[in-house]
Amino acid sequence: MAAMTVKTLSEDEFFYGHKACAGCGGSLALRIALKVLGERSVAVLPAGCMSAVGFNFPQLCFGNNAIISTFAGTASMLTGIEAGLRARGITDFHAVGFAGDGGTADIGIQALSGAIDRNDDILYICYDNEAYMNTGIQKSSLTPFGAKTTTTPAGKNIRGNLRPKKNMFEIIAAHGIPYAATASVGYLDDYMRKVEKASKIKGTKYIHIIAPCPTGWGIATDETVEVAREVVDCGLWYLAEYENGTFILNHRPEQFEDVEHYLRRQNRFRHLTDEDVQWIRHCRDEKWRAIHENFKEKTER
Amino acid sequence: MARKFLSGNEAFAEGIRLSKPQVISAYPITPQTIVVEKLSEMVENGSLKAEFIHVESEHSALSCAMGASAVGARAFTATSSQGLLYMAECLTYAAGGRFPIVMMNANRSTALPWNIYGDQRDSLSQLDCGWIQVYAKDAQEALDLALMSYYVAEHREVSTPFMVNLDGFVLTHTYETVDVPTEEQANRFLPAFESDHKLDLDHPCNLAFSAGPEHNSAFKYKEHVGILKAKGVVAQAEEKFAEIFGREYTGLTENYRIKDAEYVLVTLGSIFGLAKETVDRLRERGQKAGLIRIRYMRPFPAEEIAEAVRNAKAVAVLEKDISFGYEGTVYTNVNSALQKAGISLPTVNFIGGLGGKNISGEDIEEIFEELKEGYRGVKFMGIGGDGQWRR
Ligand SMILES: Cc1ncc(C[n+]2csc(CCOP(=O)(O)OP(=O)(O)O)c2C)c(N)n1
Ligand code: SF4
Ligand SMILES: [Mg+2]
Repeated sequence: MAAMTVKTLSEDEFFYGHKACAGCGGSLALRIALKVLGERSVAVLPAGCMSAVGFNFPQLCFGNNAIISTFAGTASMLTGIEAGLRARGITDFHAVGFAGDGGTADIGIQALSGAIDRNDDILYICYDNEAYMNTGIQKSSLTPFGAKTTTTPAGKNIRGNLRPKKNMFEIIAAHGIPYAATASVGYLDDYMRKVEKASKIKGTKYIHIIAPCPTGWGIATDETVEVAREVVDCGLWYLAEYENGTFILNHRPEQFEDVEHYLRRQNRFRHLTDEDVQWIRHCRDEKWRAIHENFKEKTER
Repeated sequence: MARKFLSGNEAFAEGIRLSKPQVISAYPITPQTIVVEKLSEMVENGSLKAEFIHVESEHSALSCAMGASAVGARAFTATSSQGLLYMAECLTYAAGGRFPIVMMNANRSTALPWNIYGDQRDSLSQLDCGWIQVYAKDAQEALDLALMSYYVAEHREVSTPFMVNLDGFVLTHTYETVDVPTEEQANRFLPAFESDHKLDLDHPCNLAFSAGPEHNSAFKYKEHVGILKAKGVVAQAEEKFAEIFGREYTGLTENYRIKDAEYVLVTLGSIFGLAKETVDRLRERGQKAGLIRIRYMRPFPAEEIAEAVRNAKAVAVLEKDISFGYEGTVYTNVNSALQKAGISLPTVNFIGGLGGKNISGEDIEEIFEELKEGYRGVKFMGIGGDGQWRR
């Protein structure tokens, strides 16, 4: 069967009428995934931007079943939903979670790890905007090195966040999960293919999608997709899958675009020195050395 | 009906088996563990058909139960002490979401200092989280409450989560002879769970949303009304229960020799048996002692308590709890009930049994003695007038 593309994508909308900022990458990730998964999806969203913009009584914005979980409870609530429906004899549905980087890599990592350990039949999608956006752009463990947030201000003494971005994809893979993937809202065909593929696999599935936030990153509202492509093209993010114990690289840029261009166009990185940029470039190259050693290459279209 | 020699935990597990939850998610903690072990065995040997989820924490235990309840499945969890506090965020969440989950809490002291033994600080500290709270006196009542809890919690007008409290060790680990009803009887008593506000694949909806200042109070008011409605539904459940199982319960409180009592002890939980014996002894000596056992802390039996002590001379409240900086929580609630009923009586608060400290019959006699002699205030049992630890 041909993979789903923008051309074959359903016209039905399941996430609309919400209050996300113009150009929000997270809301695009949700909207597209729900189109792929269809109306028999039960979505769980923890505290975070997407639940804050989508569930304001009486303006409820999901056309499919959807519920807000506690901030830490995305995975555990998904588990209960999946088990509850199965116990009631219902099997044709998708239990899907959409959590931010903070809800996934920080406060929710314990519940997520538990769900993967049990191999619960759920799909967990992390929309990564690299900070706690809903509470006003604070650092999470997925905020990249150098980024300015409201809790890692860039001043004379400290130039933004000093720690590297935690590698959630590989942490998840280390559980021996049936399927995990990275994605970017700049490469939607790749993302849709992964959502569709995940929806057909039994057990726990995890997709980590980079979803720029114009408000938090300091980019124009029409730059979201472009920046989401550029982060892949400059090698600071990669499109990959983990399946049957193997890492697969889906997309290798022929030649990296300039890291500096990617960084300097965003307000959150504008304070970086040339040495900082050089350091980021160095870390990228180190990462890619490891990718070449450990990942198989395969481009599926 | 079979008669079996069971501990409080085991009796409760039997009650849960008969209630047929569809999803069980729980995390082990002393002295609750035996309940989850028993339920695991029942799932393994097929006597209970449920999804048993091995969650990695109590927060996830209740979060998972909420997910199950949200799709219309009957859910159960159990915890104690640190675990109950660890799920605190989910407690108010479940109540606000009107998820009729049943939870057993084995009453246990809360750290620090660490202590695994029984007191009621854990559940009473969560009194305001919107759950129905009941305290069992013995293993038989524990089993019966398992069945009744689902009846009340899932009632359309109530739709509120339900916490059944068993005193740690004294009740959870003490054996007694218990009547275990048949499945057929249980099925006659407990209807299947029908939720009218669930995530339904044929009629999708959004649940657990935000409600701003404009709508918030309306939701909170409904939550309040739901738990108040439990009063009437408890009565209804007990009537049906007596019909089918032949055991009678007395609503939100249970009174003992209260009619002409001059000095009344109000307490809760498993200490009731010993308190009854003590009252009998005092009565033999010609003292007009009486007893009220609070069964339900929420909804609170304000009218019942006020009515029962209207003609008394003084009231003592004995609880295994202290709200630091003030007094015992049960005492606060009892005083408020008397005040509202226009009853002006001397009341005394005895704080005892903390961290599993034994309360003896003599201790209870002493409470009546001090009440009669006119001691007033809040008293930590075992502490002398000089503020020093005595025994
Ligand atoms: C237990 C708890 N702690 C803190 C919060 C406050 N809070 C709500 S959303 C949020 C940040 C969410 O960040 P992320 O998961 O990255 O999602 P985003 O808002 O960026 O989409 C925080 C800290 C909360 N709701 N619950
Ligand atoms: S702050 Fe960022 S993540 Fe949140 S709604 Fe706006 S654009 Fe989206
Ligand atoms: Mg975020």
